[in-house]
Amino acid sequence: MFLYKTFRVLVFFAGFAFSGFALGGELQGPKLGVSVEPGALSGWDISIGPEGSGLPNGEGDSRLGFTVFTDRCLHCHGQRGAGGLGLADPLVGGIGSLATDEPLKTVGSYWPYATTIFDYIRRAMPYDAPASLSNSEVYAVTAYILAQNGIIGEVDVMNAVTLPMVRMPNRDGFVMFWPEEDRK
Amino acid sequence: MKSKGKAGKDLMRTELEADLAAKNGLLDRRLFVQGGLLAGSIAVFAKAGRADDTSTEEAINYEAPVFDSQSGAQSIGAFLPDSMKIPGASFRGYGKPAGAESSVQRKILQPYGDLAPGAGVAMTPLQSLEGTITPNGLHFERSHNGRPTINPDEHEFLIHGLVQRSLKFSMASLSRYPMISRNYFIECAGNSFFNSNLFPEATQVSVGMIHGLVSGAEWTGIPLNLLLDEAGLLPEGKWILAEGADSAGMSRSIPLRKAMDDAIIAIYQNGEMLRPEQGYPMRLLLPGFEGNMSVKWLRRIKVTSGPTYTKDETSKYSDLMPDGVARQFTYTMGVKSTITRPAGGLVMDGPGFYEISGLAWSGSGKIVKVEVSADGGATWAVAALDGEPLSMALTRFRLPWKWDGLPTLLQSRATDEAGNTQLRRDVWSAQYAEGQLYHCNAIQTWSIARNGEVTNVFI
Repeated sequence: MFLYKTFRVLVFFAGFAFSGFALGGELQGPKLGVSVEPGALSGWDISIGPEGSGLPNGEGDSRLGFTVFTDRCLHCHGQRGAGGLGLADPLVGGIGSLATDEPLKTVGSYWPYATTIFDYIRRAMPYDAPASLSNSEVYAVTAYILAQNGIIGEVDVMNAVTLPMVRMPNRDGFVMFWPEEDRK
Repeated sequence: MKSKGKAGKDLMRTELEADLAAKNGLLDRRLFVQGGLLAGSIAVFAKAGRADDTSTEEAINYEAPVFDSQSGAQSIGAFLPDSMKIPGASFRGYGKPAGAESSVQRKILQPYGDLAPGAGVAMTPLQSLEGTITPNGLHFERSHNGRPTINPDEHEFLIHGLVQRSLKFSMASLSRYPMISRNYFIECAGNSFFNSNLFPEATQVSVGMIHGLVSGAEWTGIPLNLLLDEAGLLPEGKWILAEGADSAGMSRSIPLRKAMDDAIIAIYQNGEMLRPEQGYPMRLLLPGFEGNMSVKWLRRIKVTSGPTYTKDETSKYSDLMPDGVARQFTYTMGVKSTITRPAGGLVMDGPGFYEISGLAWSGSGKIVKVEVSADGGATWAVAALDGEPLSMALTRFRLPWKWDGLPTLLQSRATDEAGNTQLRRDVWSAQYAEGQLYHCNAIQTWSIARNGEVTNVFI
């Protein structure tokens, strides 16, 4: 009888531990993470927030951007970013087309934040040499794409201050499906 | 079970009439899974080679080979296959599939061709597989700029942002943390794009090429909440950004609630270290969410106050509606199923008995019901679920079917524990704008022609 009772108690606690286990809340780790000082994070933290957090120094306009684009982007994205080889996305055009029978999703017509252009080009483009463009070259080619879409002027300079101020045409074109309480 | 002889066969025929579960030959699911209930019916399948019960009528009539000589000079070799007479191959350090199975391969699509050969997909050959666990070498892969080679001894994982302490972990230190193992599917949000609004006409390819951006595996790793707790969350933290160490720098925003609930830092896949294609040496695993969010080659998690709005959660992986407004952060993969046999590209071996076999899954929990129709959705039979369905894991379903040889439309329709069920393709399609390719979980229809050819059709 004693054994049976002990067994029941053990099962109870095993079940309790397991439910905690599934949620992960009751597990204890060995705490082996090594502290990193804030100054050592700059080489790691390459993502750019929609309000511009993380944008680096440097700047460029669409005239310098045209040079960068011609050298590094045109081969896949085509003249003026209108679409080119293979399935490389068109970067320009389609503004106002989203509610039609032939919606054209481009950087200009669809992307809600200009910071995303900088973040993505800097980390992933061009495909054959990601992370090779200088920060100023990325600002410049971002300016070129925005100017080709008519969102900024030809001589507007993009930098850490001006880029987050660019209001994209489709900024309000999204409805969030994840619940309200997690929105900013 | 015992055969009932001739009288039993007559009875069996009567029972089969009674066992029709829906039109065009769909039989009761219990015929296969609860053999003891319908002995006569089961004898039919024994005859088809599904059982080796020696007490059946067929077994009694079986004529065993007889030694043609009782001579002491006779060896048994004349009666045996070569495999029993020639010593087999030696051991090898890592086992491989049988040579005769070498044609079972993932289907590779590279939309950018030579411009970016590592950008694209490799799709699981669902038509060649059974059960619910995808072999590691056949697990589907979506990579955005190739499969990196990462030295686990040098790999570091950083947690920072809205935390009390920024922390770095090595693989050696992570290996000392408590781990959990869970069976989950991963499905690319772009799975089944051949049936999406991108293709107004049905494409004739295999079930693996249509639906093979889903796979199932047992994933083992560290609950992410353990590491986030160690770093110490600040109250302003509501989201995380997860970033991969590949040359696409794949990055996605994830609600902190999901990260703290059931996210895993996965290190093992079906018992062995992750394959490079699956994020070696570590990946994020977000059960039930868009596969893209389970970031491979994970190097960094930043706790943030809101979404980062990366390229892959704005320009991609968002769902444009007919009114020009796009749904964003539609993370949960919808309830879905497909028959994998018979399926597109296969040819039926004449009228008669078949087992319909397929897969069902849902990002919202367990599969509770799969129905099968053999008349284009007019009548439905409930399929057997093979084994206990697991939450957010692949579930195998089966149903016996007697095909009468006439043209037929085969469909499956899954329902999950949240009450979600699949829609007809035309109804699914009408919800979205032209060109919508993500989250296609519409009912798959296979057309069976009189000559036995199975094709993909849109209804």
